[in-house]
Amino acid sequence: MTNTLSGTRTIETALAAGTAMRLLPPARKKTTRQRVATVAWYIGVVLISIITVAPLVWTISTSLKPATEILSGALNLIPANPTLENYLQVFDEVPFGQYFVNSLVLGIGGALTNIFFGALGGYALAKLKFRGRAAVFAVFLSSLMIPGIITMIPSFLILRSIPFAGGNDALGQGGLGLINTYWAVIIPGAAGAFAVFFMKQFFETLPDELGEAARIDGASEFRIFAIIYFPLAKAGLAVLGIISFQAGWNNFLWPLIVLNSQDMMTVQVGLASFVNNYETAYGPLMAGTVIASLPVLLVFLFAQRYIIEGVAHVGSK
Amino acid sequence: MSAPTLTPPASAPEAATTKPAPRRPRKSRNPSARQMTWNAWLFLLVPVTLFVVFMALPIVMALVISFTDYAIVGDFEWLGIDNYLAIAVDPFFWVALRNTAYYTLLYVPAGLLVALGTALLLNRRHRAVRLFRTFFYIPVVASTVATATIWFWMLNPQNGLLNVVLGWFGIDGPAWLYESQWAMIAIVMMSVWAGFGANMIIFLGGLQGVPNDLYEAARLDGANAWQQFRYVTLPSLTRTTFLVSTLLIIGAFQVFDQAYVLTKGGPGNSTVTMVYYIYNKGFGALEMGYASALSFVLFLIILVFSLLNARLTNRNNS
Repeated sequence: MTNTLSGTRTIETALAAGTAMRLLPPARKKTTRQRVATVAWYIGVVLISIITVAPLVWTISTSLKPATEILSGALNLIPANPTLENYLQVFDEVPFGQYFVNSLVLGIGGALTNIFFGALGGYALAKLKFRGRAAVFAVFLSSLMIPGIITMIPSFLILRSIPFAGGNDALGQGGLGLINTYWAVIIPGAAGAFAVFFMKQFFETLPDELGEAARIDGASEFRIFAIIYFPLAKAGLAVLGIISFQAGWNNFLWPLIVLNSQDMMTVQVGLASFVNNYETAYGPLMAGTVIASLPVLLVFLFAQRYIIEGVAHVGSK
Repeated sequence: MSAPTLTPPASAPEAATTKPAPRRPRKSRNPSARQMTWNAWLFLLVPVTLFVVFMALPIVMALVISFTDYAIVGDFEWLGIDNYLAIAVDPFFWVALRNTAYYTLLYVPAGLLVALGTALLLNRRHRAVRLFRTFFYIPVVASTVATATIWFWMLNPQNGLLNVVLGWFGIDGPAWLYESQWAMIAIVMMSVWAGFGANMIIFLGGLQGVPNDLYEAARLDGANAWQQFRYVTLPSLTRTTFLVSTLLIIGAFQVFDQAYVLTKGGPGNSTVTMVYYIYNKGFGALEMGYASALSFVLFLIILVFSLLNARLTNRNNS
């Protein structure tokens, strides 16, 4: 092995090209230089971790402090007089409980529909041979590039003129259609291009032979999908479900547009209006932020490995 | 649906290659190609229908509406290209465009560098890597509204974390969101913080795909770490860089949530972005026609920059 180079590397270049580090043969005794590089590496990653995590910790900490302590400007992470007063205030002054339920319905609704329809669509694109398959896939994929704002105004108009819904007549006139209902958020996003794409990538990793045997035995295609492939795709479906739930929970602009009555507001929309109404009341504001982040944060902490690998998997294709 | 118009292939080559079942050769037959096509369209029925209703149709509608003065209430009036002509002389459009361009110019390179840098840092065989990967990724999980709220507090001129920490180093931090020259920079910082984790993961995937023997060959040729990075790592990451920069550009031109929550476009219109302006015109002033025309202009801009980016990334490769 010609490894003289790694010995002469400076810390700066080692950090600049961290890739090279994994090339070091593990058996070799560590030189001082390498030890310094390792220490520098630790300092670097710990610093970045502090930058990414500290604001969240500080938010939680602020949400537990009484107003006087917040205004004192002290940076103590552990509140001197911890209190839940901010949380009570949030639920007292705005119907945050209702917002929470709305967001849950939209998040779970989005997850379930995307799992089911994404799996069906992805399965068809991955395992069924038919004319136009490549074209359908290309159209779906390129639609990911279209800025959402273009389709927003027309989609709003379409949802508003769904016949017989929300006081509309047969021509879709006169009422609000699906505006101000959960459907206005769930239906347009029920089978996103991303979900179909994600599941197609996943089903392609499963062998064709499983389905072929069943097909020869005369099983219907839906049966093959439901009994053989769907259960095998559990890991992928779980990741897709979590990503869809996160997206639904975090969605802001679309709910802001189509859900405009007070009792249909989501946590995100409620929180955004809170920023303006309570510009100086940081305690309740931070409590609201914690409530708005907690569900996705908890889901993430439990499933972080799978989520990150799912993102890496799709990103690398 | 579009299924019936499709003619099934005359003789499906796939069917010919599938082996007949060995024990019951004639009794069970393979589903015909026609059957399979039917099934496929049935499976795709919901995704394709939703695509047509909420993607294809809206794009056509938006184009038509952009030539009218539609205001939800009242009738359409055909204006021809008047909306587009009005955009050209609309001072707010140019302010919004300039702000968005400024944001993009700062955000895309910064987002790219931080994502690549952190990916390089974590591309290492080490027990702790997974833990740090999680830490770096955490901001991605929070919603932009929550992130904006957290930063609203962090950027507080007196008690905010950022200025307090800057104070330790003797730096008198600005009033961030209340000064027009700093507000957009604050939004860029926040966006980089919130988003780099996802792109870092994509870069990590790309780095893992770089063949090891390329590095070995480079080292045999006497390449130092920087040269290995420049001549092995970077060229191997062309596809990944293209993907990440395209995502960043598309996202940057559509920035909205942060500006809406943090500054409402202020101070002094310094953070009015394109989508913010379109939202205001469409759902604030109910000028749907004008807003649709604006969104098409935005679409064209994004398209041009995506193509430019494709050109640029490809040229770097060769």
